[in-house]
Amino acid sequence: MITRPRYAEESPFKIHGGCGLMGICDESGTLMSGEDAILAMAVQHDRGNGLGGGFAGYGIYPEFPDHFAFHMMYHDIQAKEESEALFDEYFLVDLAEPMPTRPVKGITGAPLLWRYFLTPYPNKLEESEMSAEDYVVEAVMTINSSVDGAFVASSGKNMGVFKGVGYPEEIGHYFRLEEYEGYTWTGHNRFPTNTPGWWGGAHPFALLDWTIVHNGEISSYGINSRYLEQFGYKCTLGTDTEVAAYLFDLLLRRHKLPLELACKALASPLWDEIDRMPASEQALMRSLRAVYGPGMLNGPFAIVLGLNGGMVALNDRIKLRPLVAARKGSVVMVASEESAIRAVIPDPDALWMPKAGEPTIARVKGMDWPIHGDLHLSPEDISCAVTGTEVSCDVVEVNA
Amino acid sequence: MSMGPGVVEGYRKVAPVVTRDGGSVTINAGGIYYRQMNEAIRAAVADGTTHIVLDNVNGQRYIGTGVSAKGVKIDVHGTAGNDLAMFMDGPTIEVFGSAQDGVGNTMNAGKVIIHGDAGDVLGYGMRGGSVYVHGDVGYRVGIHMKAYENLVPIMVCGGKARDFFGEYMAGGILVLLGMNTQFAEQPLVGSFVGAGMHGGVIYLRGQVESWQCGKEVGITEATEEDMAALKPLLADYCETQGTDLAEVLSVPFTKLAPFSHRPYGKMYAPM
Amino acid sequence: MPVSFIQPEFKVKIDYDKCHKCGRCVQQCGWGVYNFNERPIPDDSKCRACHRCVTYCPAHCISIEKNQLAYRDNDNWSPAARKAIWRQAETGGVLLTSMGNPLPYTRIFDQLLLDACQVTNPSIDPLREPMELRTFIGHKPDSVGVEPDGQGGFRLAEGEGLQNNLTLNTPILFSPMSYGSVSLNVHKSLAMAAQRLGTFMNTGEGGLHADLYPYQDNVIVQVASGRFGVNQDFLNRGAGIEIKIGQGAKPGIGGHLPGEKINKEVSSTRMIPQGTDAISPAPHHDIYSIEDLRQLIYALKEASGYKPVGVKIAAVHNVAAIASGIVRAGADYIYLDGFKGGTGAAPQVIRDHIGIPIEIAIAVVDQRLRDEGIRNWASIIAAGSIRSSADVAKAIALGADAVAIGSASLMALGCHLCQSCHTGCCSWGITTQKPELTRRIDPEWGAEQLTNLVHAWSHELQEILGALGVNAIESLRGSRERLRSLGLDEQTNKILGVKPAGM
Repeated sequence: MITRPRYAEESPFKIHGGCGLMGICDESGTLMSGEDAILAMAVQHDRGNGLGGGFAGYGIYPEFPDHFAFHMMYHDIQAKEESEALFDEYFLVDLAEPMPTRPVKGITGAPLLWRYFLTPYPNKLEESEMSAEDYVVEAVMTINSSVDGAFVASSGKNMGVFKGVGYPEEIGHYFRLEEYEGYTWTGHNRFPTNTPGWWGGAHPFALLDWTIVHNGEISSYGINSRYLEQFGYKCTLGTDTEVAAYLFDLLLRRHKLPLELACKALASPLWDEIDRMPASEQALMRSLRAVYGPGMLNGPFAIVLGLNGGMVALNDRIKLRPLVAARKGSVVMVASEESAIRAVIPDPDALWMPKAGEPTIARVKGMDWPIHGDLHLSPEDISCAVTGTEVSCDVVEVNA
Repeated sequence: MSMGPGVVEGYRKVAPVVTRDGGSVTINAGGIYYRQMNEAIRAAVADGTTHIVLDNVNGQRYIGTGVSAKGVKIDVHGTAGNDLAMFMDGPTIEVFGSAQDGVGNTMNAGKVIIHGDAGDVLGYGMRGGSVYVHGDVGYRVGIHMKAYENLVPIMVCGGKARDFFGEYMAGGILVLLGMNTQFAEQPLVGSFVGAGMHGGVIYLRGQVESWQCGKEVGITEATEEDMAALKPLLADYCETQGTDLAEVLSVPFTKLAPFSHRPYGKMYAPM
Repeated sequence: MPVSFIQPEFKVKIDYDKCHKCGRCVQQCGWGVYNFNERPIPDDSKCRACHRCVTYCPAHCISIEKNQLAYRDNDNWSPAARKAIWRQAETGGVLLTSMGNPLPYTRIFDQLLLDACQVTNPSIDPLREPMELRTFIGHKPDSVGVEPDGQGGFRLAEGEGLQNNLTLNTPILFSPMSYGSVSLNVHKSLAMAAQRLGTFMNTGEGGLHADLYPYQDNVIVQVASGRFGVNQDFLNRGAGIEIKIGQGAKPGIGGHLPGEKINKEVSSTRMIPQGTDAISPAPHHDIYSIEDLRQLIYALKEASGYKPVGVKIAAVHNVAAIASGIVRAGADYIYLDGFKGGTGAAPQVIRDHIGIPIEIAIAVVDQRLRDEGIRNWASIIAAGSIRSSADVAKAIALGADAVAIGSASLMALGCHLCQSCHTGCCSWGITTQKPELTRRIDPEWGAEQLTNLVHAWSHELQEILGALGVNAIESLRGSRERLRSLGLDEQTNKILGVKPAGM
């Protein structure tokens, strides 16, 4: 008997691991080939162990700017058929095709990889009385939770996630990323200390157009996940990345904190520093820390959040993970190592190490910023959507 | 490093092209994996080569790591990767570019001259030799530098430094000049300077607030005697980095030295 | 008829060859054990094994031994059970005792193990790197509302942000112990230490003596059913106010400070006449239900200008639901006192058989408040036999915001746990009002002892945080992922929200 994997359940336990990462964003909106992202990750090859690599590209589907691009992973044809039946229920499918790939030595065991360009049926969308974003997330949730062996790798507009088990440069070649052009790219090299068997577990981690790549190990995972559970999020993947994604969702979308302050809540200044601030700033920081302390990401991390409006890089409050940033004209780039930046931008106008806990932000001209203004779903739905876990009915009413 | 459409490679695991010119050897490190590049370096040292030039370096790790030889000079053109000169015992490395994290880790002797910036955790456990950085440095620089008998490590950073400068320092001389910096608006150095320091001395060109420093250090203005002792070292730095010594000396230095060699003696109660 | 069936519990041995015949033992003993007739002659039956004489004997010639009387073996009828029967047959009384529950119940803290970082994330060096223990006790909003400050930055929006919290430099407070049950010098020691440590002492239910006014910013004032010493001035002086419903050593039981302890100073502090018994009713007679609690909480807030108001309860079976109600009634913190908590006097049957362990109470209350999405609304202070910094760390990892220490703080002042507080004869000068005994504690010395203890535990907490790879106490708080249990059953693990070691 063949049992198909429940893609959500990579591990019942906390997954440990280190990594390397990169992000590049042209604030003018000028497109860059995916080759640059591959190159930046290839230079950081030794930061991973071949058990996970991936990229997110923004602006890569100019021919379908207003479609939701679904990147799908299927364990088998049955999962594909079941998912497509669901697509047909929710969406007008304007294009369905296998992901273009090429054989690459070292890449084996790939799931069936398909992509779809979808628009919600107007009448169904209207009937649902939801925003298009909510409607899409609900579809993602339905697929991830009800179709065994199917996983939505990304679902945003004019963007996509390309990831799998392998070194990132191999994954990049496999997905023929040099054939894509985007104005923002993020990349990730994973070094998990267990042996994940599935492609969905690689980074970036995505929800609509948000993606997260993350390096390091959040030592506060235990309380971060319990804090999120209080708001209804379900941290079932056991990864720091998942926790970081939900925390951004909570702070930015639900609590409407400005991005800069959300970063201060996640990588809080030390009390000594807060105590030296002017009164008004001190009151603000003291409140952020006292209120969001359980959400503070403690321990070594560097993180790049990608979204249609740009890119944010952040690392931990005492700088336990490397992060280097550079600018050349309108291009902002970050990476775990300077060499990754120099491989792409040999002579930057400026190259620096961001301070601990201070976000490096790139905003694409003319794009919305920040985040998911049209998404109104509950945390339960959000986490269910991204992890495929069914919403449990004993979730207690949340007052937040 | 691009090898044509779709075949982007970081590093190739092949022997680099090595050219010889008398006593000097040039290694084209462009796109070469660190292991093959470092094998070429060690082979050249074993052959008695005293001058090795590395071209097109970008991020290769472990340059000069574990190399024990006197009178060998290695020139690095590009960005040196992590753990430059780790455990190094003797050679001189000159980097025409920047270095990443972990320069001079547990280094014993020799000299590292970096003409650009450098990253985090420089000179960790460094026991001897010198590291001269032209520009800015990151977090935890000079961490746990130590001295032993006639081995006294020296590190001079020409730019500004982040938090934990000289953390746990147990010996040696750590100097910060704050001159060649891209962070003109920021303080000379971050917080927790000399936290846990119990040996050696830190000199800062300029002022530091007491809240920036670990509770284990005493802050004083450097005396004429201090400066007299420091001057030859600064002169050597200036010569290698092309910095104007008079300008270096134009600002008074602050000296940080530990109160005690046993800062935590009172914290523990034997049962 | 024999005087008593009960034989002395201890034997006082004096090595007369070494004895200086100085009489210091006679002078030191609060129980009148010694007579002096050319040399000290002990009466074993009065000895409580408090070691005061042993400590002060200049010749080190006194030893206290267990009276090793053989009883016929009987696992069912322990010697202690037989003695209880004899005592009650002789007196017809409720057995009275002090300090915490000594029975060998499972000590859950001792079956929980903490984690440490190895390789995948770094441990952090607590001696040199920042390691933050600052803790806020009080209501926190669910989110922080901000607005642009007009200069490109942000500021708190009107009425937003953290308000009316107590700020602690370390997550350790001193438990409520009333002036009356302990001496004024003990209260002064606690208050001075709290001020030096940046934490809080708690008046207990006996009012606030004027000598403590200089330390009032580090004092939580308690309002209990007897309302002793409670007036507007008392409420104004406290940094926070605590409503005491119950305590771990005697849930559901009132209190009784005998008239002989009500001297002039105690009388003026409690605002009752000298020599009358100070009786605390079992319940507050203005709280017969949860809505009445809300009424009292808001009365205290109104009267005090909205100082944080906490509620102290004993950990009982239904503690999670009770706690939820208390939080929804507007309490800024909830103080949970486990069934091993100490006391100045309690009926033995109550002390030893009522309530639940603090570990369980923390776990279920924290989880319940999270399930209801109201965990931010109130802090949890846990108490009831916190014996070491390891207990503090485990309590916090289970979900407590801070702990309170009573027995441990009295031990820092010399208490040897002889469980005789109710006699008022404490040789260490702690739980007594006799002037010749109370002067044995110099508040300056006492404050130093307490400060040392809390500093040492705080350093140890920092070591633990460092090993866990976090540098702020809020990253341990509620992080049960960093705990594993050893030898606990599956159901208990589930209740604690802790995995067994190896998982």
